[in-house]
Amino acid sequence: MSELETNILVVGGGISGLTAATEAAEAGYNIALLEKTPFLGGRVSRMNKYFPKLCPPACGLEINYRRIKFSSRVTFHTMAEIQDISGQPGSYEVTVRLNPRYVNDKCTGCNACTEVCPVEVLNDMNFGLDKRKAAYISSEQSFPQQYVIDDNACRKGDCSKCSDACKYDAIQLDMKPETMKIKTGSIVLATGWNPYDASKIDNLGFGTSPDIITNVMMERIASQNGPTGGKITRLSDGKEAKRVAFVQCAGSRDENHLAFCSAVCCMASLKQATYVREQYPDSKVYMFYIDIRTPGTAYERFLNKIKDDENVSLIKGKVAKVSEDPATKDIIVEAEDILAGGKVKVNIDLCVLATGMAPTVGEVKLPADVKINENGFMVPGKDQKGIYAVGCVKNPSDVAKSVQEATGAALKAIQTVGRKS
Amino acid sequence: MEKKLGVYICKGCNIADTVEIEKLQEVATKEKQIPVCKTHDALCGTEGLELIKNDISGEGVNTVVVAACSPRVKFREFSFPGNLVERINLREFVAWSQEPKTEDTQALAEDYMRMGIVKAQKGDFPEPFMLEETDKSVLVVGGGITGLTSALGVADAGYKAIVVEKSPELGGWAAKMYKQLPQSYPFESLEEPTVKSVAERVISHDNIKVYTSSEVEKIVGFPGQYDVAIKTAGGTEQEKAGSIIMAAGWRPYDAGKLEHLGYGKNPNVITNVQMEEMASSGKITRPSDGKEAKRVAFIQCAGSRDANHLPYCSSFCCLTSLKQAAYVREKNPDAIAYVLYKDIRTPGQYELFYQSMQNDPGVMLTKGEVTGVSEASGGDLLVNVKDTLLGEDVSIEADLVVLATGMVPNTKIEQDVLAEWKKKFDEQLTASGGKPDPNAALEPHKVPNILKLDYKQGPELPGLDEAYGFADSNYICFQYETLRTGIYAAGSVRQPMNMLQSIEDALGASMKAIQCIEATANGYAVHPRAWDQTYPEVNLNKCTSCKRCTEECPFGAIEEDEKGTPFHKMTRCRRCGTCLGSCPERVINFKDFSIDMISSMFKTMDVPDEGLRLLGLVCENDAYPALDAAAMKRQKLPSAIRFVSVRCLGTLNLAWIADALSRGIDGMILLGCKFGENYQCHFVKGSELAQERLGKLQETLGRLMLEPERVELVQLSISDYDKLPEILNEYVEKLDGFEPNPFKEF
Repeated sequence: MSELETNILVVGGGISGLTAATEAAEAGYNIALLEKTPFLGGRVSRMNKYFPKLCPPACGLEINYRRIKFSSRVTFHTMAEIQDISGQPGSYEVTVRLNPRYVNDKCTGCNACTEVCPVEVLNDMNFGLDKRKAAYISSEQSFPQQYVIDDNACRKGDCSKCSDACKYDAIQLDMKPETMKIKTGSIVLATGWNPYDASKIDNLGFGTSPDIITNVMMERIASQNGPTGGKITRLSDGKEAKRVAFVQCAGSRDENHLAFCSAVCCMASLKQATYVREQYPDSKVYMFYIDIRTPGTAYERFLNKIKDDENVSLIKGKVAKVSEDPATKDIIVEAEDILAGGKVKVNIDLCVLATGMAPTVGEVKLPADVKINENGFMVPGKDQKGIYAVGCVKNPSDVAKSVQEATGAALKAIQTVGRKS
Repeated sequence: MEKKLGVYICKGCNIADTVEIEKLQEVATKEKQIPVCKTHDALCGTEGLELIKNDISGEGVNTVVVAACSPRVKFREFSFPGNLVERINLREFVAWSQEPKTEDTQALAEDYMRMGIVKAQKGDFPEPFMLEETDKSVLVVGGGITGLTSALGVADAGYKAIVVEKSPELGGWAAKMYKQLPQSYPFESLEEPTVKSVAERVISHDNIKVYTSSEVEKIVGFPGQYDVAIKTAGGTEQEKAGSIIMAAGWRPYDAGKLEHLGYGKNPNVITNVQMEEMASSGKITRPSDGKEAKRVAFIQCAGSRDANHLPYCSSFCCLTSLKQAAYVREKNPDAIAYVLYKDIRTPGQYELFYQSMQNDPGVMLTKGEVTGVSEASGGDLLVNVKDTLLGEDVSIEADLVVLATGMVPNTKIEQDVLAEWKKKFDEQLTASGGKPDPNAALEPHKVPNILKLDYKQGPELPGLDEAYGFADSNYICFQYETLRTGIYAAGSVRQPMNMLQSIEDALGASMKAIQCIEATANGYAVHPRAWDQTYPEVNLNKCTSCKRCTEECPFGAIEEDEKGTPFHKMTRCRRCGTCLGSCPERVINFKDFSIDMISSMFKTMDVPDEGLRLLGLVCENDAYPALDAAAMKRQKLPSAIRFVSVRCLGTLNLAWIADALSRGIDGMILLGCKFGENYQCHFVKGSELAQERLGKLQETLGRLMLEPERVELVQLSISDYDKLPEILNEYVEKLDGFEPNPFKEF
């Protein structure tokens, strides 16, 4: 069992966690950053572009990774899960399980293991829209640039092709989980969110046709390192998807699903509308909404720009049904058009469900005095000290808001630890 | 310190399969006369690293040249504290992106060896820039909820804060509220305002000094050492600070401009700010006759989301009107509140508050476009609405109409004020013999308003053209970025925000303010080069005072003395090297990055009489990782181009182009970030300035009788790596069309 002493523990290596960690480190504090998956970057590393600038997330991630690389104050651990948190503000003891990567840090990133690996599985990075090997790296810009062997997919005892191919003794198929004890003064929770399970929304047809997808899948499809190489196509037949509909509040603002507004989906769909419009000048986009929520300066300007595009129709109305036409294989969206009155029905190639954010902090084993509300978000106690929530742990947040809150959480954490110089 | 180089060549990851290692060694030992040069099958392994460490301890090597993989990987392994490390990217730039064992590939690798060794020879150990003393207090301008929260944020972390508030009382707008929105789950009931207790904590906090009825008169200095003059009722006070938080807040949009909604015409049309005052003072009544208002209509987006007024969404008004509808219902259970909206915007869990208000039968929410407010008989008001959900035009009778007016940041300078200042500036210019340009607009940050900085580049924070006067960041991932180091905007002066958001924003700004102080005290740069201890060093003896550096520095880091000689205020500097690129006399250099270093790298390249030789100058944050990613995908890149990474394309000095091309190098491609609106350059204008400098290339290359098209700038994102082979091949093809550079023969 390894032990580590640090000032602040940050749980979650997405944009919130990376920000909290680096901001506090750059004020002189030592940070341990834990990430559950094999790579840092979290949800944003699977996004094609950020709204409203339409810039690539990898750009800011690269800066944040450099901040970590050149800092002696940040240590990070991937494949790490919290087992237990005990203690009080100023002195917590955290037990962490480090799941086996089966690839040690001798890995050079040469790709030999992937080349020889005989096992192919659905690629979780791309929401199962394509396949990858059991020995893999999630993308060319993954950090760390260290491969991993998928525990569930690898044949282990039956096959040693990867370890035979590795020239650097980097593969250890007998690697065992390890336990690490971390002593820390303060904890920042930045565990992020999961896309709401669209199959729970019966009337929107998710699962009945490959051409009814979610907004997070759309990000992968539009990404050049995604399953279609950035080509926006129907997943059923590979044809260009030039007629695309976005169904807003798919599961959000709905007491049967997520009672809250997920706060990002309006901007996300408007952004994705630009992906379609940019790729196909003769495309047609429909967006069905309850309210269009683009607060502030830049978001509202983004909305206005899209409103000016006559090939984007913004329709106020709740979608009643999404289905596949068995004959033409078109997707049909049926909705009420509240402003024009009456019902509308559009035939399209691809339907994107703007599914919301399901918080994940409930999955972490937290001390009893940390409260989670019915919606799954952490309730920040008024006087609670020591453990701080960031971004989607506390409230649905977009990237800008997450960064802002993460910086603030870094402050709360250093307050708990105390001034160093 | 005298440098002793050791060169270490890795043979792993296909490097030895692609090039002749012995010949690379010869470049080091024979050509460059480096006595220590070793190879290893896997340099990053324990044994390989031992090899290097032994030479450091045994041979006195203190400058390690690692010819292996990209500097972006194996960074911990190839880190030898106390020694200089230079990485030559043989793996990504050669082994993974070139045809193995060809003459061109070998020539490329050998050039990279030469360039890397020369770079290591020219580089020097960084010596951090240290102020003699760093003041660790934070100046907070503004005593509203944002400023107070920021001050407490700083103070509770053990640092001193100085709050300067214009009005006699602390608390700002929040202190005028009757009640505040719920700040926590279940987001259902209104809360008593908390700002008073926050203000009390501020006043009694040992680490906080408060100035009310005061304004900043002048701020002189730089991060770590600001001298702040504060104009108080009793005279001017002096304070010292290390960094600054600007929490100057907002003002309501001028309802006087909303005559079409009845404001100013009928006393029973009030604003949401007036509604707070009314609710605080007791009953909700009609100002005209003092009668209780039983029908209250809230008009949303009154002046917001409106091209004629504020084009943006002010973000707080939906929630505020819902809150005020609750006042109406609380004060008189028989009263009805109508909320007329375009879209109800209650993001996140504030949706729960919206739902609780929807459940109140006395609150009527209607989507529609309000076309006007007219008067009916008996002093009643008629609110006329079109495009309602019912599809028809309706008129709603009301006793009181509340305009949900939006938010104007106090950083916004109105046009008439701007025009006045412009006149003043033009007069000054004429008096000093200059010619004002009647068509040029005055930039708002040139008008003293809040900070009154004594900066040559203007007294205020430069804003974004697209932010309507808000002091917002250009970057999604870096929300507290401003163009003035050590000065951070927070709250509603940064973006339209509600109170809860302002409180959260305030804490982030406090973090950045503390961080800047600590970085400054320890001789580090701040974001985005937070690890960097080098800084621009200027040989003033050769400076001609042309002022280009002063003008081009994006961060206002360069001042001028009485004679007009520029000098850096170093702690304002972000170390981007834009000044290095701007200087025609080549007098600005960093310890690890200099004009001579890059020129020498170009000069050490082998330029044969035949065959293209090209250079690629690439931004280290975006284009360089894109090249790495292309290589990781084993994309083939043209072997004619040698890539050299730079801090930013803003470092491009035209001398480099002249030096390269006069040596017979055929051309240079520059890979930098997108510029213009929504720019992606981390140093604001680096790539744009490089493009501008290329405009002067005609002059430089004309003398050499070369085509200016030989030099080309491409805007490239970090994620554009699949496009690289095409972009680069096209460039090479274009250069193939030119005659070989005639200077090759010299």
